[in-house]
Amino acid sequence: MVDQSIASLAKKLRAKEISSVELTQDYLARIKQLDGQLNSFITVTDEVALAQAEAADKLIAAGSTSALAGIPIAHKDLFCTNGILTTCASKMLYNFVPPYESTVTGRMLASGAVTLGKTNMDEFAMGSSNENSHFGAVKNPWNLDKVPGGSSGGSAAAVAAGLCVAATGTDTGGSIRQPASFCGISGLKPTYGRVSRFGMIAYASSLDQAGPMARSAEDCAHILQSIAGFDANDSTCSDVATEDYTANLDSPLDGLTIGLPKEYFGDGLDNGVATVIQDAVKEFEKLGAKVKEISLPNLNLSIPSYYVIAPSEASSNLSRFDGVRYGYRCEEPKDLMDMYKRSRGEGFGKEVQKRIMVGTYALSEGYYDAYYLKAQRIRRLIKEDFVKAFEEVDVIMGPVAPTTAFGIGAKTDDPIAMYLEDIYTLSINLAGIPAMSIPAGFADGMPVGLQIMGNYFTEAKLLNVAHKFQQATDWHTKTPSLAEGA
Amino acid sequence: MNWEVVIGLEIHAQLSTKSKLFSGAATSFGAEPNTNTTLVDLGMPGALPVFNKEALRMAVMFGKAVNAEIGMTSVFARKNYFYPDLPKGYQTSQMDHPIVGKGHLDITLEDGTVKRVGITRAHLEEDAGKSLHEDFHGMTGIDLNRSSTPLLEIVSEPDMRSAKEAVAYVKMIHSIVTYLGICDGNMAEGSMRCDINISLRPKGQQEFGTRTEIKNVNSFRFIERAIYTEIERQADILEDGGKIVQETRLYDPDKDETRSMRSKEDANDYRYFPCPDLLPIELTQAYVDEIAANLPELPAQKAERFMTEYKLSEYDAGVISATRAMADYFEEVTKAAGNAKLAANWVMGELSKYLNTEGKEITESNVSAEQLGGLLVRIEDNTINGNTAKSVLQAMWEGQGSADEIIEAKGLKQVTDTGAIETMIQGVLEANAAQVEQFRASDEDKQKKMIGFFMGQVMKASQGKANPGVVTPILNKLLKG
Repeated sequence: MVDQSIASLAKKLRAKEISSVELTQDYLARIKQLDGQLNSFITVTDEVALAQAEAADKLIAAGSTSALAGIPIAHKDLFCTNGILTTCASKMLYNFVPPYESTVTGRMLASGAVTLGKTNMDEFAMGSSNENSHFGAVKNPWNLDKVPGGSSGGSAAAVAAGLCVAATGTDTGGSIRQPASFCGISGLKPTYGRVSRFGMIAYASSLDQAGPMARSAEDCAHILQSIAGFDANDSTCSDVATEDYTANLDSPLDGLTIGLPKEYFGDGLDNGVATVIQDAVKEFEKLGAKVKEISLPNLNLSIPSYYVIAPSEASSNLSRFDGVRYGYRCEEPKDLMDMYKRSRGEGFGKEVQKRIMVGTYALSEGYYDAYYLKAQRIRRLIKEDFVKAFEEVDVIMGPVAPTTAFGIGAKTDDPIAMYLEDIYTLSINLAGIPAMSIPAGFADGMPVGLQIMGNYFTEAKLLNVAHKFQQATDWHTKTPSLAEGA
Repeated sequence: MNWEVVIGLEIHAQLSTKSKLFSGAATSFGAEPNTNTTLVDLGMPGALPVFNKEALRMAVMFGKAVNAEIGMTSVFARKNYFYPDLPKGYQTSQMDHPIVGKGHLDITLEDGTVKRVGITRAHLEEDAGKSLHEDFHGMTGIDLNRSSTPLLEIVSEPDMRSAKEAVAYVKMIHSIVTYLGICDGNMAEGSMRCDINISLRPKGQQEFGTRTEIKNVNSFRFIERAIYTEIERQADILEDGGKIVQETRLYDPDKDETRSMRSKEDANDYRYFPCPDLLPIELTQAYVDEIAANLPELPAQKAERFMTEYKLSEYDAGVISATRAMADYFEEVTKAAGNAKLAANWVMGELSKYLNTEGKEITESNVSAEQLGGLLVRIEDNTINGNTAKSVLQAMWEGQGSADEIIEAKGLKQVTDTGAIETMIQGVLEANAAQVEQFRASDEDKQKKMIGFFMGQVMKASQGKANPGVVTPILNKLLKG
């Protein structure tokens, strides 16, 4: 039962082959049995899940047509969930129970989804390996010595290991796509503004975007259908009409023009990964697509631009964690300054402190023009690169990351190498376009994700392209084998 | 040395929107601590600001009222600093692209000269909460009711050269924002607060001296006194060959002195950058034009109209139009009484005396405009004379009823019957035969001086009810014999 799609489970739930309560019990048991090895959950909400499952069974009995009704899912632990601990994987919020629901989790609740719990992540979504968590690193279910990627590493590992049917993630610079690639699942970062950020604990507001992580593009489509669309609580949320994301999944790809940016296939790309991507592109050609080489000349500038803009916004966004109103407060503060310094010094992990300092520096008087403004100018150039490219091609394809999942601890002492991991994903966030990662094969026994990028608000097209590939291949059906009860 | 003072002002006017600048919480004053709050005002994780368009409309109204350029694209920026009553760790304000750009307004000084003061800019920003240091036994309480309340920060050019000019400017801003109905102008509740930038330079020198900023002064009187004391302090330092330190100071009204709050070196680097949670505000010309076309009458226009329509003197028109409440009150009295000059005199004179004595605003007057109008009608139709009217007003102020009720109850109706008045005057003259004798023996100048005595005696005899207009000719005739 655990490796089935949302669509097939929805059918079984309606055929009364299984109830949501039974399904939920199965998944909860599996989490109990296997998550000791993975550490993919921070909080498991047994009681809440079973109560929601019971309610979902009633909904289904009453004729609910929602594909998500009764489907057990998990949420990245930066979505505020009413009455449920929400930590952002930080000591700073070790005790934070929001009295409100994020738009994303609220909409999934309204669709009847069952919340199994909150998944582990890099603290405040800052990281590419899920090693920066107050609750410990997450392991890759394909190889427990490897990282699952980050920052949505818990969600990716949990979906890959069959601990939930699907999960939510957020993507600021690749945090859905890179862990999806490392763990062999499908993940979609929607267009900036497609999904509301209300109730999502902010890392970098102009880049953050929530999206689905699941076993297939089709499953991603079902979740996007639930969470996408205008929200008056988020001023940056778009009022562009949503589409029916499952309606055109099977549309043929004849005449589709795929752009291959030469910058995505240069130095630094692992040979094994390159081969998988080339094979995947050949598969698309078999499906009727044409391939065209393109150039995204400012790709290299995306790393410095991103690592100025994101920390700058973060330095301000994370100012509210001051020990005054909620979350961690140091013991026995001597005075106000001492409370600020120690609460933040003890509450935030190293990577978070590093980015706050980088951002604070970049925004400082005398440096602002040289860093923040210049980074914004680069951001416009990067966006123009994509706008130009999409005048010639329908989608752009390339690798998600230069390598497969690396070893735990391998890059923790080399922040530059870690930041270079994001070279193929950052520019998408800077431009605000949608992109997916779907499983396309293996290199050295580890999954490799293919990245598919689309023009603004073309999520339906991306899902269609990904789905056709998954109809023709079976990479997305591969599952890791975990020793039970270990 | 002959010093010239240079003053520039930053006025924070709280906009009278029903809800906050970035949330739906109420802005009402005096609610229980932390009850007028939402997730946004509390700075909860994941909470996002939603801009209140009513504040935008009010800011544009102000811009049009001071002949300013309107920022067709304005951008919210974050001003980052830590303070316990600043829940997000930043204040959402405007920096490079304010909603209101360069403008100006005219102030009238006491000697009647008109001076133009430049407005540098006005921008929208959210207020912080309040830290409460009393009642918490060595700890601090935080009340976030005021958090995210909309403010319009109005920045002037350093165009003022005296405390009097500064106060005239603040009064004009006060008058404009209350006329527009975009701020209640209640300075005691903090609806309008003022930061004063002040420096001295030798008269004739072009460049400015080093300035200090006096923060958060919240009454016209304190503004004037704070400036006087700061001028004196700076002049003393400069006279002794010292240097002014650029710093922020606080005015202590109890000691009538300013004190250093923090120096420039201690000042925060606010790390302004555009707020990524809010989109730039883009205005259309039609939106701005529509607001401009519907601006209410402003103080200067009203004063002008009062002079032409009601034939008030420039001084009277200026005083009465200073606040919208006073102007509205005056117009209502005039409507009821039918005599604008009389209405102006009573509003500015007798009524203002009562208001000042009790420290009340005209909106809190015990006597409504309609009631005062009713009193003036009785002067106009000679039912009572001016002196009697004063005592009737006192009774009205004390709540004894309308003018007519009081006149009736106290029997104050003026005597205009010439026969009755003549009889009464004869009685007075007989009782004062010696003075009559003296009057008749005097020259014209002396007589003029003496007539007041007889007038007083007549009024006394009539208990104030004799119509002076009727008394005067009869008295003159009888005195001359």
